[in-house]
Amino acid sequence: MGWAFVGPFMVVFVLVFIAPVLYAFYLSLFQNQMVGGDKFVAGANYLQALSDPQFWDSVTRVAVFLVVQVPIMLFLALFAALALDSGRLRASSFFRISVFLPYAVPAVVATLMWGFIYGPRFGLFGSLNDFFGLDLPEPLSSSWVLAAIGNINTWEFTGYNMLIFYSALKVIPAELYEAADLDGAGTFRVIRSIKLPSIRGAIGIASIFSVIGSFQLFNEPNILKALAPNSISSYFTPNMYAFNLSFAGQQFNYAAAISIIMGVLTVVVAYIVQISGSRKDA
Amino acid sequence: MSVHLSPAQAEAAATLPAPSPSPASKPPKFPAPKFSARRRGGVTRKRTSILLTVLMGVMAVYALLPLFWLIVNSTKTQSSLFSSFGLWFSSDFALWDNITGTLTYNDGEFLRWLANTVLYVVAGAGGATFLATLAGYGLAKFDFPGKRGVFAVVLGAVAVPGTALAVPTFLMFSQMGLTNTPWSVIIPSLISPFGLYLVWIYALEAVPTEVLEAARVDGAGEFRTFFTISLRMLAPGFITVLLFTVVATWNNYFLPLIMLSQSTWYPLTVGLNSWNAQATTAGGEAIYNLVITGSLLTIVPIVGAFLFLQRFWQSGLSAGSVK
Repeated sequence: MGWAFVGPFMVVFVLVFIAPVLYAFYLSLFQNQMVGGDKFVAGANYLQALSDPQFWDSVTRVAVFLVVQVPIMLFLALFAALALDSGRLRASSFFRISVFLPYAVPAVVATLMWGFIYGPRFGLFGSLNDFFGLDLPEPLSSSWVLAAIGNINTWEFTGYNMLIFYSALKVIPAELYEAADLDGAGTFRVIRSIKLPSIRGAIGIASIFSVIGSFQLFNEPNILKALAPNSISSYFTPNMYAFNLSFAGQQFNYAAAISIIMGVLTVVVAYIVQISGSRKDA
Repeated sequence: MSVHLSPAQAEAAATLPAPSPSPASKPPKFPAPKFSARRRGGVTRKRTSILLTVLMGVMAVYALLPLFWLIVNSTKTQSSLFSSFGLWFSSDFALWDNITGTLTYNDGEFLRWLANTVLYVVAGAGGATFLATLAGYGLAKFDFPGKRGVFAVVLGAVAVPGTALAVPTFLMFSQMGLTNTPWSVIIPSLISPFGLYLVWIYALEAVPTEVLEAARVDGAGEFRTFFTISLRMLAPGFITVLLFTVVATWNNYFLPLIMLSQSTWYPLTVGLNSWNAQATTAGGEAIYNLVITGSLLTIVPIVGAFLFLQRFWQSGLSAGSVK
């Protein structure tokens, strides 16, 4: 009887999750020839990707992004969650909802908005430069654009992660605090010895999904490209590379191989994050 | 997509089992108690910290400033966008003209995109919520062969990056003749592993097995019991899932971008981006004032829904995050 309830979900699930993965793997084993159509090439696409400087360029870029942006965002989120949970804030529900609000804004709108704000012509940076006679760096120049994208992502997702941490903090049993109180533990001691260990699980989840998100970076750079065409290449991130290979270059087989490599790489890195996370806790 | 969790991935964020669930974090009673009534993080009442309030104030300003910028600049004409200070209103108040302009530009394609978005939300999010509720309930209340397998496969697949799926899904759909139709956007939206997970957890507690047994004794069919009795008990979980899938489909960009090549079926997100991009194409008209006003109009309903239904999504997140 259970299958009658689970069945409809599973049918669609197989169609939109399982089948594409298998199909991508199948595609990645072929190459399209000018003459003679598709030819089975086994691992040739994978070998090509591993020695493709554009591919590695994009991977390096998201790796840098991950190492810098994810810790900043999670630290801000953790700080905000602890502040909300401390009971020492005035108007804490106002802060909770304001910091979370950007999550409801579509990535497209968030990127357009920040893109305009960054822009030298009618953006805020332009206004500030004119007004104060400053010479702030241009956020959309090629040396700053990755940081500019990092800021958009931080803006969008700090509040979401904050709520995850905050929800986890909320369910810490009161007895733990009472015990700490009896021991005369101070605020920071309570944070270090009770709060942080208790929300380890939530921090782990947030880290893993931030890692996955970084590797998938696409929307923001792809939209920003219209405002900063010279700073964002077609292989800015692995996801953009696969997208452009497919839809601008018609190289579907090669794009499929890149997608599979990124999938495997993401799982490996997420796994490493999880392992190192739980070791630190031990 | 983005830490970069897109809404869809963010949903997924709640689905993996915690790497090392601490003994201290018990699953909250669902729906979680209202936040105002909850216990604060300490035992005794504490003094307000000015430093902490100021620091949180800075974060709130950071979060709200771009939205303020958007509101201010949607009141400006194209030329005063360039000539006036970004964070304050200019002398001419053009909001109503901009709204009219947005709604009527190119034979009112914005309204068409709005209708498309509503279609995708109703069919995609509604369908996803329905399928997830049915399946989550099935997992929670029935034992059947392959149940563990279902759970393992669904959880495992969530870890597969959407990227790896997008291009092959497009190719598959294009061979099935589904690209450039609303189906290509709706069908992939129908799966919400987060929703499945949430309803599963919720149904374990909310629907007592005795009630189902009583209904069976009375000779009611399982589906009849589901629709007449269980669904009502599942309502809070159902609404939470609905809200999050609505956000995910309303904000969806990558999927429709790949699937649709003609603007007829665009949702608002892809349409807005095409308006913005047309300024950089040869002979394209720059309509930044309409892009900005259109952006504002796009977020008003979804931000409104979030504010209005706070209670639901907050309890939904607490249910998902600690497990």
